[in-house]
Amino acid sequence: MTIIHERPSNPAAGDEDRPIGYGRIQRKEDPRFVRGKGNYLDDIVLPGMLHGAILRAPVAHARLVSIDTTNALAHPKVLAVITGKDLLGLKLAWAPTLSADVQAVLVTDKVRFQGQEVAFVVAEDRYAARDALELIDVEYDVLPPVIDARKALDADAPVIRDEIEGKTDNHIFDWEIGDKAETEAVFASADVVVSQEMVYPRVHPAPMETCGAIADFDAVDGKLTLYETTQAPHAHRTLFAIVAGIPEHKIRVVSPDIGGGFGNKVGIYPGYILAVVGSIVTGKPVKWVEDRSENLMSTSFARDYIMQGEIAATRDGKILAVRTNVLADHGAFNATAQPTKNPAGFFSIFTGSYDLKAAYCSVTGVYTNKAPGGVAYACSFRVTEAVYLVERMVDILARKLEMDPAELRLKNFIKPEQFPYANKTGWVYDSGNYEPAMRLSMQLAGYDELRREQREKRERGELMGIGISFFTETVGAGPRKHFDIVGLGMADGAELRVHPTGRAVVRLSVQSQGQGHETTFAQIVAEELGIPPEDIDVVHGDTDQTPFGLGTYGSRSTPVSGGAVALVARKVREKAKLIAAAMLETRPEDLEWEKGRWFVKGDPGAGKTISEIAMAAHGTMTLPEGVDGNLDAEITYDPPNLTFPFGAYICVVDIDPGTGHVKVRRFIAVDDCGTRINPMIIEGQVHGGLTDGVGMALMEIIEFDADGNCLGGSFMDYLIPTAMEVPDWETGFTITPSPHHPIGAKGIGESATVGSPPAIVNAVVDALAPYGVVHMDMPCTPARVWAAMQGRARPPI
Amino acid sequence: MQIPAPFDYVRATSVDNALELLSRHGAESRVIAGGHSLLPMMKLRLSRPEWLIDINDLYELDFILRDGDKLRIGALTRHTTLLESDEIAALFPIVRDAEAVIADPVVRNRGTIGGSLCQADPAEDLSTVCDVLGAEAVIRGPAGERILAMADFHRGPYETAVGQDEMLCEVRIPVRPRSGSAYEKVERRVGDWAVGAAGASVTLAADGTIADAAVGLTALGLDHTIAGAADLLRGQQPREELFVEAGRLAAAACDPVADQRGPIDYKRHLADELTRRVLRQACTRAAQTQEG
Repeated sequence: MTIIHERPSNPAAGDEDRPIGYGRIQRKEDPRFVRGKGNYLDDIVLPGMLHGAILRAPVAHARLVSIDTTNALAHPKVLAVITGKDLLGLKLAWAPTLSADVQAVLVTDKVRFQGQEVAFVVAEDRYAARDALELIDVEYDVLPPVIDARKALDADAPVIRDEIEGKTDNHIFDWEIGDKAETEAVFASADVVVSQEMVYPRVHPAPMETCGAIADFDAVDGKLTLYETTQAPHAHRTLFAIVAGIPEHKIRVVSPDIGGGFGNKVGIYPGYILAVVGSIVTGKPVKWVEDRSENLMSTSFARDYIMQGEIAATRDGKILAVRTNVLADHGAFNATAQPTKNPAGFFSIFTGSYDLKAAYCSVTGVYTNKAPGGVAYACSFRVTEAVYLVERMVDILARKLEMDPAELRLKNFIKPEQFPYANKTGWVYDSGNYEPAMRLSMQLAGYDELRREQREKRERGELMGIGISFFTETVGAGPRKHFDIVGLGMADGAELRVHPTGRAVVRLSVQSQGQGHETTFAQIVAEELGIPPEDIDVVHGDTDQTPFGLGTYGSRSTPVSGGAVALVARKVREKAKLIAAAMLETRPEDLEWEKGRWFVKGDPGAGKTISEIAMAAHGTMTLPEGVDGNLDAEITYDPPNLTFPFGAYICVVDIDPGTGHVKVRRFIAVDDCGTRINPMIIEGQVHGGLTDGVGMALMEIIEFDADGNCLGGSFMDYLIPTAMEVPDWETGFTITPSPHHPIGAKGIGESATVGSPPAIVNAVVDALAPYGVVHMDMPCTPARVWAAMQGRARPPI
Repeated sequence: MQIPAPFDYVRATSVDNALELLSRHGAESRVIAGGHSLLPMMKLRLSRPEWLIDINDLYELDFILRDGDKLRIGALTRHTTLLESDEIAALFPIVRDAEAVIADPVVRNRGTIGGSLCQADPAEDLSTVCDVLGAEAVIRGPAGERILAMADFHRGPYETAVGQDEMLCEVRIPVRPRSGSAYEKVERRVGDWAVGAAGASVTLAADGTIADAAVGLTALGLDHTIAGAADLLRGQQPREELFVEAGRLAAAACDPVADQRGPIDYKRHLADELTRRVLRQACTRAAQTQEG
């Protein structure tokens, strides 16, 4: 017997196994990665290339007395040794940060954190460069450091930034939002108020690939080609033009395959600038790649927020208001990557998923003798800290009210009919439907059964905890009138060309660090045009080949560039319509679109596919007036609002009462990121983010001793989770499209990183309830859990 | 990429050749086997040997061999081999307990028992295991072979009795009937150094009383076994109160330091808690051996 498979009536629509558009397809980029054919920065070798190495400060705070480079220069393989004094002459000793501050490229006056850049050696090979560092003699006059942010504003605190004229303290900014008086009034009349200080400790993105750059300056035509590990190639080009004074059209930034970014690769590090200086000085390409310790000790950290949270409610569990004061440790330079008007990022989303009467927060940023940075590690511009604060406070309130934490959340959610919802700190949540997500998560978890199990275990003295987190994110910055990075508006370009044979190329400004852009964006074009994803090439990561845009961070690629790609494809589709009408000798308004082709209304047999139209566009037929001979389009998309993904997470932990060891037994993650383009990629993003969350909740912290020595300078000391620490993730989803986004997508990159830490900590604290524990700070290491069980929970910093 | 200081490298062809190379290159030469401690220290430039003498070709040191009432283990035996050996697991279950929590499979595939013992890191697990099992170390040097008890082998953190021109070649563990052993470790994450660990070995008399016992601690500031534990346990029927008392002895005997893995009071608590656990388990296993 012969089985004849029925062909779908419209092959361009695809099917579940071979979707032409949205659906579960394997990642187009993976064959090259799994076969070892990726091309990372350190894979690039240019003819005559030299190697750079950075001498770093061994102490946290010290006046630079002298540097003697004689012996290093005498090394037979060393070509140059660059110091801060050399850079002063080039006006490159200080570079602007992404937060309107400046950062020392090399120390000229004073060391301000351990690991700071002191000198740069350029040598024939990497080994010689590293060996020569030991031949540089530096004399330091050690100063007392400022390590505890709580003491940074003390009158007798050493002034870290004394190079700023008139600076007499370590204060960076005060920022507030919300109605303080209204919030005070609500708190004053509330039945129940609970408060808690909580610390979100300093952690590090620790991408598998560390940061690096290769600078290749051509002295003849004045062109700089800069290969960099960067999430934002276009922003870097503009900044290099400003910093180095090289005309922007003479700069090409290439971001090759990136081995993880998590915000760590947004900023411009001194090493990148030093590679450029090295290339200009030697006339040869210079590669600089940091080692693991350099990455952990000197590049962008994340968090470091000391938060005082307060929540007000009625006796029967109606949440009325949330209030918080934050002390933010920004390190030695304010180098946080964030929109100019948002010195605390998007922390103001701390109102969470709840319908509040009032909210207020104030944030004070201070300098300390620690590495600069601040917004990194998949944090959505500090949404991570905000979600942690509100979700911990809601749990603490539930304990106080003796209410189930799920019930308390369900009672206070913003209702579906309230969207778009204007919260009390200036956000307009685009869409949401919270209760079904929460109910689904509880159903997947078997919530009631888990509570029953917990009651039984408690009677036997076993420690089991169930933790819930319901988060709302604000991602996809953003409308350019509100959001910019150093004056560059956060809109993204996209260019689409359909070749004569119907294959296409789409060019993007955003840069994948593992997110699967080459697949996701091909699928968006496929969905809009009916061309199979494998016939669409995605070009990114090279400023000479792509349109301008602000880069990939803050879960903005799909919300911003995804919108741009959908719109540019629709522009092509509309152009195709005009050409199809001419081909079919009819009027455009008489045509109807089905995925992949335009056809005559009422006569489906008379139609033209995108391929046929593309050939015609490049062919010899007479095109309609005003239509030029191609099937190309370009666009810059300025999103009208941010998007607000949300999710309901439930974590189950078991704790060994004798040792304090926490085991995450189950984790249920229900995410709503609006329209789902490739569910497999979404799940991958969620799995990664949840693993991040386990790391932060249970083990990750960058600590400093009293002298300012970084105690997390290697993977021996800075722990990141392995497969052994994570359970089999249980994921689910609901779909609430964004009403303003061209395809209704919201962004998923950071949801799980944002949402999981409070679920895990809530579970740990829930498990420890028999010991009277109301709060403990991350990381929940065995020793810290045991201390909490003894009634001695203490902040980590 | 972390880059070590310059060094030279030579591959030994036999134990005699290795000893000759050690004599020739002197104080700045180091033997390398698995390299999982030495190489990271070199990359961080905390260790700067001028010569590495690679003994990975010395298959004569890679064996597990029953010889009368001793089990002989060659110094180049990999952790994975120890973990997977059913013979060892049957005789000394503590070895499999410990090996299962030593680092990760990548490290276990390369790392060796000899390297672990000679590195003598205070958080190293096999030192405790060998201590409580009453093992002996067979050391060879220019003057020939000498055999030391573990108590004489360990001289303190990162220090052993192995001289510059000597090599640890073999570990010998006495096989005793009616014995059981166990090891338990607390770590912040799989593959991290121990916050604390304990190991115990128990031999029962025919009447089920404890004939001999040893308890050791890892990463808790105690070299060798806990003095007094054997006296406390000997002649007693295994029971919970006894384990509690032994735990108290362990907490008193240890001398931990505070670090990122935990404060002193927590580590002292672990000495107590883990001692009780491993003694309980070792006695259960010994009793099972007796029944079996």
